[in-house]
Amino acid sequence: MMAEIGLAALWLAAGLAALQLVFMPAGLRSAVELSGTMRPVAVAQGALTALAFAMLLVLFARTDLSVALVVANSHSAKPFVYKVAGAWGNHEGSMLLWVTVLAVSGAFIAILSRRLSERTLAAALGAQAALALGFYTFLLLASNPFGRLAPAPLEGRGLNPLLQDPGLAFHPPTLYLGYVGLSVAFSLAFGALLTGEVDSRLARAMRPWVLAAWVFLTLGITAGSYWAYYELGWGGYWFWDPVENASLMPWLAATALLHSINVLAARGALKAWTMMLAVIAFSMSMVGTFLVRSGILTSVHSFAIDPERGTYLLILLGLYVGAAFTLFAWRGASLKEGAPFELVSRESGLVVNNLLLSVILGTVFVGTLYPLFVEALSGEKLSVGAPYFNIVAGPLALLLAVLVGAGPLLSWRRERRPVLKRLVVPALIGVAAIVATFVIAPKMGFLPRLGFGVAAFLAIASLLPLAGRNPLRAPLATWGMVVSHFGIAVALAGMAANSAFTKETLAVARTGERLAVGPWLIQLDSVTPAAGPNWTALEAELHASRGHGREVLRPQTRYFTSPQMETNEAAIQTFWDGQLYTVLGKADPAGGWQLRLWWKPFVTLIWAGGALIGLGGALSLAGRAWRTRRRRPEPEWRTRYA
Amino acid sequence: MKPKNQRLVLVAAAAAAVLAAVLLAMWGLRDQASYFYTPADVAAGKAEEGRAVRLGGMVESGSVRRQPDGVTIRFSVTDGQARTPVTYRGIVPDLFREGSGAVAEGRVVKGTFVADTILAKHDERYMPPELGNLAAERKAGKTLQR
Repeated sequence: MMAEIGLAALWLAAGLAALQLVFMPAGLRSAVELSGTMRPVAVAQGALTALAFAMLLVLFARTDLSVALVVANSHSAKPFVYKVAGAWGNHEGSMLLWVTVLAVSGAFIAILSRRLSERTLAAALGAQAALALGFYTFLLLASNPFGRLAPAPLEGRGLNPLLQDPGLAFHPPTLYLGYVGLSVAFSLAFGALLTGEVDSRLARAMRPWVLAAWVFLTLGITAGSYWAYYELGWGGYWFWDPVENASLMPWLAATALLHSINVLAARGALKAWTMMLAVIAFSMSMVGTFLVRSGILTSVHSFAIDPERGTYLLILLGLYVGAAFTLFAWRGASLKEGAPFELVSRESGLVVNNLLLSVILGTVFVGTLYPLFVEALSGEKLSVGAPYFNIVAGPLALLLAVLVGAGPLLSWRRERRPVLKRLVVPALIGVAAIVATFVIAPKMGFLPRLGFGVAAFLAIASLLPLAGRNPLRAPLATWGMVVSHFGIAVALAGMAANSAFTKETLAVARTGERLAVGPWLIQLDSVTPAAGPNWTALEAELHASRGHGREVLRPQTRYFTSPQMETNEAAIQTFWDGQLYTVLGKADPAGGWQLRLWWKPFVTLIWAGGALIGLGGALSLAGRAWRTRRRRPEPEWRTRYA
Repeated sequence: MKPKNQRLVLVAAAAAAVLAAVLLAMWGLRDQASYFYTPADVAAGKAEEGRAVRLGGMVESGSVRRQPDGVTIRFSVTDGQARTPVTYRGIVPDLFREGSGAVAEGRVVKGTFVADTILAKHDERYMPPELGNLAAERKAGKTLQR
């Protein structure tokens, strides 16, 4: 019954999306009141999709084995959390989550966007309905999550053990909120381009959506990076894997959009550019979805997936991106010029930020999709790996991090104060940090050294917008910016420390033997069997000490029964100055155990930085929500250039 | 700056950024054009010594030998036409088995592939797309029978 309700809700939602699209032309001509037509339809559509998703959650929670998707991906002996999270740990379920976020966002536009003109809102809701309709069709025709299986088998096939992790409960939903949250920016841009109302009012309506999506993307990427770090057992935090790039590309575009939208909101400038970015950001989300769900690229994250679904997604992608770009080409040139600005001004600083982010995005995009182009053209199979991305995107990212220190010090329109003078102190500290690395670690590589220097510079420079005023009275949005920019410095320091100071030991140890890694002495005490709800394991007990104290670590090799699979569960101990990372390998015929040990000083700063970047976005969002309650009169130039 | 000139400058800057991205990507890709190699490619000397590349193929049955230090293994990867000897120091992934597909990252040193990483698959059903044809051929009983 549940499955049928879910399926019926999806069909109804699809019908409502079509209806919403039908209302759009009338809404554009202001022939109908939106409050009686598109708004309630959008809300009902969101509610129905949410209902369908809730049904899927219930089916998974109960392990209803008459549903094909549950059979393929669940098992009655699985812990409850993973039963529920397993609902989106597969293709159909994750696409349903995708569509749910899309439709619910659509409902929220309908409810919350009171500041937009009715015509733009009608066009935006129409665009959102068109997006949803395509993905409903895809779900219902090519990936129905509610298909029944008769007769029902006695047991399910289980969920991939690598996915049976708290990471699964948090990472995909967060990432999807980010991915699909950008659809609102896309739809609003589409609507505004159609009606020609690209102005600061639109930017201020769009900004909270972009900010929220960006915060979720940031947190999702950070969480995913940490998940891969501890789950894969390789001790790496970023592999430049196609699936990782799939989440990085929308983030880069959203970061650029987040900055340019401020120019549009505050100064009414960069109209066409901002609309373009809004279109690109969600296009990148769709490219990402296509890459992940079609599984056509070699990836540590790839799952065995039907390539025909990829074709369907590719068609949808082409349709939507094509339509948006056509509209942009048609209407983009007729947008009025925005308020002028000088060469040295905050506007041009943000333009430089946008250009650099776009170049990074371009190189990541080309590198990620290059194998597809080559294969399509010549049939030759190849892949592009980490060396390409490091050499191409790495230096640009460092350059951008330096400019992040300077940009916020510039003022709108025209900068008259000597900005460089204010950067003398941070620059000296950056140089001092580089000199210090020569003293501490003379053999350090060039890039980590530079990374430390830039991180030290940015850590100080990012605080300057709060200097010279009472920090407690600074707007929350300014605090948000400072926290985010400081987070970049923190993450950068973590990456530099990880690549400069990581110590690794790989050896066979018998019980009672000791191995050294960095400052640590680690003794293998025992290897004993252990058991969990749906796995058995071999568990090593390690005692670690660095002169004082004794830490116990218990890395495992787990054997899952359904499906049959072995995984390594690394044991990681966090200290204020780094992480001790231990992996238990295979038994040695001579009677020992393979152990892989890492000492990673300050590696945690990478994710702490990521969390700070996201927190800054959240602060800014809160600050803006607070401030919109106390509106100020429109400045004169805004009405002039609107 | 006049608004009209400003737009002109912005469009030029955007065009320059796109151009820069494409040029930079092409410069980066000139070495990467064939990052993925098969044993036949290695035998033909296509993989330059010492450059970071990826090697893919089937782990030859009966070729896995453990070295005395307990953490190094040697094995051969084959694509049915040639075989490449591989050494790997580390913990092999769980789905690494003789007779199944594997992708290794590393470099060719004096004819031997020194692997830094052996890519783990999430799924026993998974096959790297570059090896797709190979798997299909093997299924049809063509490649490895000779």
